[in-house]
Amino acid sequence: MRKTHLSHVAGLCLIASGAMAETPVLTIYTYDSFTSEWGPGPAVEAAFEETCGCDLKFVAVGDGAALLSRLLLEGAGTEADIVLGLDTTLTEKARASGLFAPHSDLAPLDLPVEWTDPAFVPFDWGWFAFVADVDTTAPADFEALAASDLKIVIQDPRSSTPGLGLVMWVKAAYGDRAGEIWAALADNIVTVTPGWSEAYGLFLEGEADAVLSYTTSPAYHLIAEGDASKVAWPFAEGHYMQVEVAGKIAGTDQPDLADAFLAFMLTEGFQSVIPTTNWMYPAVTPEGGLPEGYEQMITPGQSLLLASDEAQAVREAAVEEWRAALSR
Amino acid sequence: MARGAQSLGRIRAPGLALALAIAGFLGAAVWAVAAKAAGRPGHLSAADWSALRFTILQAALSAALSVGLAIPVARALARRRFAGRGVLITLLGAPFILPVIVAVLGLIAVFGRSGLLNELLALAHLPQVSIYGLAGVVLGHLFLNLPLGIRLILQGWQAIPSERVRLAVELEGSRWRLLEWPMLQSVLPGALLAVFLICLTSFTVALTLGGGPKATTLELAIYQAVRFDFDLAKAAQLALLQLALGAAFSAVAYRSGAALGMGSGLDRRGISVAPTGRLPALADSLWIMLAAAFLLLPLAMVVADGIGGLADLPSGIGMAALRSVAVALAAAALSVALALALALGGGPLATLAGSLPLATSALVVGTGVFLMLHGLTNPTRAALPVTAALNALVGLPFVFRGISSAVEEIEANYGRLAASLGLFGRARLRLLILPRLRRPLGFAAGLAAAMSVGDLGVILLFSGGDQETLPLMMYRLMGAYRMDAAAGVALVLVMVSLALFWLFDRGGRTNADA
Repeated sequence: MRKTHLSHVAGLCLIASGAMAETPVLTIYTYDSFTSEWGPGPAVEAAFEETCGCDLKFVAVGDGAALLSRLLLEGAGTEADIVLGLDTTLTEKARASGLFAPHSDLAPLDLPVEWTDPAFVPFDWGWFAFVADVDTTAPADFEALAASDLKIVIQDPRSSTPGLGLVMWVKAAYGDRAGEIWAALADNIVTVTPGWSEAYGLFLEGEADAVLSYTTSPAYHLIAEGDASKVAWPFAEGHYMQVEVAGKIAGTDQPDLADAFLAFMLTEGFQSVIPTTNWMYPAVTPEGGLPEGYEQMITPGQSLLLASDEAQAVREAAVEEWRAALSR
Repeated sequence: MARGAQSLGRIRAPGLALALAIAGFLGAAVWAVAAKAAGRPGHLSAADWSALRFTILQAALSAALSVGLAIPVARALARRRFAGRGVLITLLGAPFILPVIVAVLGLIAVFGRSGLLNELLALAHLPQVSIYGLAGVVLGHLFLNLPLGIRLILQGWQAIPSERVRLAVELEGSRWRLLEWPMLQSVLPGALLAVFLICLTSFTVALTLGGGPKATTLELAIYQAVRFDFDLAKAAQLALLQLALGAAFSAVAYRSGAALGMGSGLDRRGISVAPTGRLPALADSLWIMLAAAFLLLPLAMVVADGIGGLADLPSGIGMAALRSVAVALAAAALSVALALALALGGGPLATLAGSLPLATSALVVGTGVFLMLHGLTNPTRAALPVTAALNALVGLPFVFRGISSAVEEIEANYGRLAASLGLFGRARLRLLILPRLRRPLGFAAGLAAAMSVGDLGVILLFSGGDQETLPLMMYRLMGAYRMDAAAGVALVLVMVSLALFWLFDRGGRTNADA
């Protein structure tokens, strides 16, 4: 009897360890703030693991540009099954690497622009905007800003995706006149920081009247801090967009699981946490609508966005135009 | 010729091999990046050349000012005794070990558009000052590096045996000509070089306080090449350019550094005889107060900002602090061991190997190490050990600088005696060198540990997110709008890093003055 009992236990152990080994792991590379305890990561992981029968593992890598850089360094040998957190200024470079697979059919999206990218799936988006105190008189557009005495802090387009977004914004709005606009803005720019955090920190310290951020930044202060003193300036030219996307790695050993995650990404369990964790607009508006406070955010009259190949094509010249105008 | 006289019976072999190994490691890391590159590097653009010019200009100005102003402050601290002097010296070292972004925010709270200074000027109806531009970059570097200059030069002053000071006083000779100037001649080139090399790879300060793309450094061009263009050939090319600049300046500094032979005393240090008279005393007090105001006001703003954030500290703060301390201790131990071996060996190669890590882009070396590890293991899983090892390398130049002049001095003063007594190898290390090296070793270990606590550059490259250190936690909070909580973490970080520095530095000083 005893022997049988033991063999039963041993058998159970074997089954258990077999089950452990078979729990598939889905590895997602993403940017740092996505996985932090106040970011969307923990809620997303819990919601997906409820249904997938898998272990979802986030690997956090700096910011969006660091994320792509890490992936390109690792090449086809990467452990990532999905990369989540690139934006449309980076996707063309990512596509050219040949590391990404096309996505399956998408659920209908709530984006202000049409989405046709065959490889990358948007999970959230926002409009770039200058954020200022409610008491500061808002300029109507870039030309009014340049003519004013208002001081702004921006990010360097050579090291920061919002900084690059601003250069694209001016380029998309003004085309050949972009250099002229930058030259006129030069005396309004207090300084150019390496990343978003430094710029936003300087703005909160009172170093500038406004900072380049997102139309939804005031929502953070309003909802998380109960502070209604921050607003975004609506600009008549329209606002450039940042669309954050995820893509499936072609060489993944978990193709079905990766597809399941991309489909899950556009459902309630993922999208409903985005507005109050990532402080961006969800790619699919949740059933209950946006959280209270979002209705106070400005809605730009026009959304500007260069297609990813177009953005890649004009990037170098636009950044050089920016540099030359501000170096004078 | 003085160098020849010091070489009797020195422990050279491990130092030489190590110097080659360090240079080889840095070379291999840059090579790994270049080898991964798809094409050959193109020509440097006009923007790159202007970045190179600005990089050298700001580094030279920053080094000259940081070291030049450190001389009177260190001199005043060396010859005056007052209550709280020890604490003040420790606190004055704090800006050097702050994470750069914390230092910049503290500095801006004092010198920025709505900082204390401009508020005072407004009260007095005086015109406002703007720090953004070349002046801001130099001011930022001065804030971060004046503490290093003060400590390195203060060590030189404290190394002058008190017997010599008394003798000079009795002989009514010029203390400056007989003792202080020769000491400065031996300490200044190294101090200038250290600050110059730090500023050569400046990134956040140059960019944030620079005011715009006119103030662009090579490090930004490297960052852009790695992150946005994925042009590794160009990144390696620019990193080699930085290395060549660093090597050239190291060579100049080595050649102009005179060896010191103060003569030996009874190992009594720090018993300085201050010049009497009201004017020197007034001047000394003024220098100390100016330095304290410049270095401590921004620090006080960091503390004031942080206190409010202490209530919002994230739950992981304890573990993050433990990880940071563990990494720092490992980095300090490794750094001190490497520096000691290099310093014992001495010579130009050791000086070069002890300086090069400063002149190397952390981003390129980190990327190279990532590529080298990637074939062997998952670099993310080794994030903390790799961070400790790379931090040890980053700290090595300071640790080396801190103890090499002391080792040179011991060898110059006691080398011949030791050789005549047949004191070689381990016995020489144990009986002659280590006992006299306690103070600089404690200082150096404290510096290495504190610098490692503040590291953000290396951990960001390797972390997978689950091994959070204090700076990483602060960076993430800032990235998620939570500036108050980030300021709280920054305060914890400053306290941990100062405590580590203080413990080591104190340990080195205890009983060392007997």
